[in-house]
Amino acid sequence: MSPTATATAPSRLPGIRPQRLLDAIAGPHGLDRYLEQISPTLVIGECRAEVVGVEHGSEDSVTLSLRANRAWKGLRAGQFVQVAVEIDGVRHTRCYSPASPEGVSRELEITVKRHPDGLVSNFLVDHARRGMVLGLSQADGDFHLPEARPGSILLIGGGSGITPLMAILRTLCAEKHAGPIALIQYAPDPERTIYREELDRLAAENPNFTLTRSYTRAPGAGDLDGHFSPAHLPQADPDFTAAETFACGPPALLDAVRGTWANGLEQRLHVESFVPPTLLSDGEPGTGSIRFAGTNVEIENSGASILEQAEQAGVPAESGCRMGICHTCTCRKLSGSVKNLLTGEVSATPDEEIQLCVSTPLSDLVIDL
Amino acid sequence: MSTTIESQIPLTPEQIESFGKELDAIRQRVLADRGARDANYIRKVIRAQRGLEVAGRGLLWAGVFPPAWVAGTAALSLSKILDNMEIGHNVMHGQYDWMNDPALSGKQFEWDNACPADQWRHSHNYMHHTHTNIVGKDRDIGYGVLRMSEDQKWKPYYLGNPVYAALLALLFQYGVALHDLEAERLASGEVKLADKRKLLAGIWKKVRRQTLKDYVIFPALSGPFFLFPLAGNATANLVRNLWSFTIIFCGHFPEGTHEFTEEETENESRGEWYYRQLLGSANLSGGRLFHILSGNLSFQIEHHLFPDLPANRYAEISTDVREICERYEIPYNVGPLGKQFGSVVKKICRLALPDRKSRAGDQAPVPEHGSEKERLPVAA
Repeated sequence: MSPTATATAPSRLPGIRPQRLLDAIAGPHGLDRYLEQISPTLVIGECRAEVVGVEHGSEDSVTLSLRANRAWKGLRAGQFVQVAVEIDGVRHTRCYSPASPEGVSRELEITVKRHPDGLVSNFLVDHARRGMVLGLSQADGDFHLPEARPGSILLIGGGSGITPLMAILRTLCAEKHAGPIALIQYAPDPERTIYREELDRLAAENPNFTLTRSYTRAPGAGDLDGHFSPAHLPQADPDFTAAETFACGPPALLDAVRGTWANGLEQRLHVESFVPPTLLSDGEPGTGSIRFAGTNVEIENSGASILEQAEQAGVPAESGCRMGICHTCTCRKLSGSVKNLLTGEVSATPDEEIQLCVSTPLSDLVIDL
Repeated sequence: MSTTIESQIPLTPEQIESFGKELDAIRQRVLADRGARDANYIRKVIRAQRGLEVAGRGLLWAGVFPPAWVAGTAALSLSKILDNMEIGHNVMHGQYDWMNDPALSGKQFEWDNACPADQWRHSHNYMHHTHTNIVGKDRDIGYGVLRMSEDQKWKPYYLGNPVYAALLALLFQYGVALHDLEAERLASGEVKLADKRKLLAGIWKKVRRQTLKDYVIFPALSGPFFLFPLAGNATANLVRNLWSFTIIFCGHFPEGTHEFTEEETENESRGEWYYRQLLGSANLSGGRLFHILSGNLSFQIEHHLFPDLPANRYAEISTDVREICERYEIPYNVGPLGKQFGSVVKKICRLALPDRKSRAGDQAPVPEHGSEKERLPVAA
């Protein structure tokens, strides 16, 4: 499976495959458990990345340059990766959309914005250092620049939702894309505008790239004012209905964009949400109970996602993106009803697999954890 | 009956409840404090184990030189002991599951031992730790071949008790591997071989891998000098077998530990469960290195009270557990390895023979007062 393993294996003996020989020698722990003792990024069966650059863009964000190990297969502009960081002995995983362009094989750049209560974001903004090694996943997600580049492209980004769009924009600029590219960037004010200087530079260097900024808390400072509205479109991209559109940002922005791209335009729209949906609407928080069958822990339903409630109760639950993407937290629900907050689907059948991070209880529950 | 137990005063239901709550509080305190310290500890032990293993195998490759053979065998023995005891046993208990590190996940871990990890988790984590020292349920009582309690009815077969024990010690990893096979129940026809097919396939697969590695591949890498790593690997496996047998048998069978009947333990409360774990286990005193090499099973009592707390915490909580035991006048069985193992050997030999006087041996069976609900089942 791994070319590295084959290359370092002893010379071929008749009838013995080097990979199998190596597995037998390194068993039962496996070769990586020895390689990582030399250097954590030397592992061949698992993606890991070393922090090679730390830049504090603004007071509440940090941009990390990562160098992935050889197990990482690269990404398409716009895709996300899961990054795992260990805080006080516990491994936490979050999704980030690298802003680095396609084709730069093992380098990737992620921007982490501080969330007031965010364990991982606070840790990375405050403590990320060069030489730190983070867990990494292969890139994933359907939100990416198509292989056949569209002629005309419109990008709409809000807050840190700019990062996957940055990957797309950088890729197109590096490829000397000839068609028109427009970007509408939403930010609170000029100080809290991610990639401000680089975007200004790209706009100056690439005549086919039009940059339009709208500040939501600094009236008059940008080209436009306030949150997304269909009225912003003609100024940013007069021909927006013909463009392949990529939007990323908070749910309100995406809802507004989706509302505009209706009546047949939907197929030109690609969206990526960056924030988990607001939890609990009709599930009546604080009612009913959740029992975790494997650990025999029973708790009162607090109304939070089942994943959060499991973690608060000390029930070890695997998790990844915490926004319904990666299915790491998928788990069997033995009985009871839950609502998927992403899709609105209600699961009432016993023995169904549910995503803990985006599911909220509608009744007493028994979860196989 | 040993003197410690004789002086034992039964607790009232209120006492047993508050006793249970005090132990729960210790558990909560450690859970709230788990963190980087525990993660660093287990990673340091793993680093030492990997280092010893690589060094041991490397030295044994050149085992034709006597000093290399001796050093290599010693390093590999230590590596296997650490791998099985402080790392494998404890990780597979889920002691480090909270770290979310796939390499330390109790469900996924596999160890350098003939017993397949999934079968170990069933026979040990579930069967032994839930039904500790309940005769007829806890298969660790004698591993299906030995008589370790008066509650097991004597028959002439048990005349060989010391011999079986010696064989089990020498081949301990295979004894552990065959644990779930329930050989004696197969022999008696209680279970059918057909029901054990899958289990056997799993054991065979693991034993084959372990054998191939230690007795074929690594020796072969030394070419004409293959006998040296072969002998070194066999010795290391033997050392690990004898060591783990000794530690494990000292955990539940020195004089003063109790066995229980199924009736006694019906409808146990949390406090009563703790109480049974305490009376059924015994600790070993020693230095820090001794505790690490025993996988902290030298704190068998603390381990049985809290099997999923990180083992490096047992030493520090043992002070509190002991203090609680003193207050409730519950015997806390601890002694040096020599003394505890000596009493295990004595018991193995004594139980080879029929009981001299019913209920008068050193390890008297528990009196039957299971009907007296207001008293604790195991009080004597």
